[in-house]
Amino acid sequence: MVAIPSKHRSLTLLAAVLLAQMLMLAVQIKVDSRGRLIRVWAISAAYPFERSGAWGFGKVGGVWNHYFALRNTVQENEALRIENDALKLTISQLQTRAAEADRLAGILGFKQTHEQVPMVGARVIAASAGTASRTIEVDRGERDGIRRNMAVITPDGAVGKVIEVYRDTAQVLLLTDKDGGAGAMLVDSRTQGVVGGTGEPMIQMKYVANEDIVNVGEKIVTSGMDKIFPKDIPVGTVVESKSGNTFKQIRVEPAARLDRLEAVIVLLSQEPVEFKNSAQSAQSGSASNPSSAQSATPASAEKP
Amino acid sequence: MNDAYELYSGETHIEVHKFYPGAVVLMAVAALVFQATAPVYFPRLNILDLPLLVTIYFGLSRRNPSTGLLLGMVIGLAQDALSGPTVPLGFYGIGKTVIGYLASSIGARLDTEHPAARFALIFGFFVVHQGILVIVRRVLLAQPEAWINVHLAIAAAVNALLGTVLFLALDRLRR
Repeated sequence: MVAIPSKHRSLTLLAAVLLAQMLMLAVQIKVDSRGRLIRVWAISAAYPFERSGAWGFGKVGGVWNHYFALRNTVQENEALRIENDALKLTISQLQTRAAEADRLAGILGFKQTHEQVPMVGARVIAASAGTASRTIEVDRGERDGIRRNMAVITPDGAVGKVIEVYRDTAQVLLLTDKDGGAGAMLVDSRTQGVVGGTGEPMIQMKYVANEDIVNVGEKIVTSGMDKIFPKDIPVGTVVESKSGNTFKQIRVEPAARLDRLEAVIVLLSQEPVEFKNSAQSAQSGSASNPSSAQSATPASAEKP
Repeated sequence: MNDAYELYSGETHIEVHKFYPGAVVLMAVAALVFQATAPVYFPRLNILDLPLLVTIYFGLSRRNPSTGLLLGMVIGLAQDALSGPTVPLGFYGIGKTVIGYLASSIGARLDTEHPAARFALIFGFFVVHQGILVIVRRVLLAQPEAWINVHLAIAAAVNALLGTVLFLALDRLRR
């Protein structure tokens, strides 16, 4: 026991007696709806300390957590990074699948709107290994009814033709290949010619006389004269036209995105396929030049 | 508590008084009973605070702070108990405890036998006592209460006058 000096004894006693009576007051009194006064006092007295304590603990905890307790942070970061990479990969895969689904939906829709035309949807599984050729390999082959020289298209337009057929796969020669080509005609003038590749992303239209009028932006469709592509399948758009020695030099941007092919349609016959975009213009062109239209139509009726 | 003795403080000496057995208790009870009953018949007597006067008197006479504050506490709590349920226990107790302590402490240092000194001390203690009651009511009980008014000064003067007379009578209880 700590002895209280005699001169402070009465003061201590006074403090104790006053405190006891204050507590007694607090026990008796109720303040409004806040309960007994002692509870109000206790809470009021404790509040600053509680607040200070909470602030202090929060600060200490924050300092500890942010500066000292970082023992597992590296591992956690690593795990999160791995998880993040996995999620990114998953998102990428999902986006790819979504895009693929869109493409397949487009092809499916195209097939459904052309039920009368025998065709097979195929997925591009490989492309030419070098820049010397422009070919793709699809996952459909002989078992699916695919034969050589069948036309390959997308809902956007002509792609190329089948050059080799295996049991379950087939190789397609694109229009952009130097050996690729198709019978074509200008939609407005119905002037016929041949489109072929140069190994570049753009294709050329050949054998159009210098005297013929070719406008930049004019659409080109298949003529059906090659006995491969049905008539009036979009081929591309004229982006440049200038006179050559005998024939015009016409550069054409392909209608189908030949550099980003992932799914294609192999036409099993040469029956006409109607394309929404080109059909109207082609028909209007035919109306303006019926003679050329008549000359092209019969040749496209052959089935494989 | 039978004999008076002298309390030496430096070169001066102050006498500590003793009272007949039971005198303190008797006077305290009498003051409380008077305070509780007299205003019923004579409402104007409500201005008096006899328990406070008794506390001051015995505090000044006994000159022991511990005894003085304990006596003030007992008288104050008893006054609380007799004041009805609207007055919480401790209300007058706190005030009279402080006054008992102050009276005893001052009585141990000053000669409080002169009537003028007693008048002044009673007046001052009354004001302090009322101040403590106001503080308790406003701060501890959170109840509205006026700080200072004319009634306080009048009550202090009346109690000081009565106390001065009463103290002379109480002096006769000393041994």
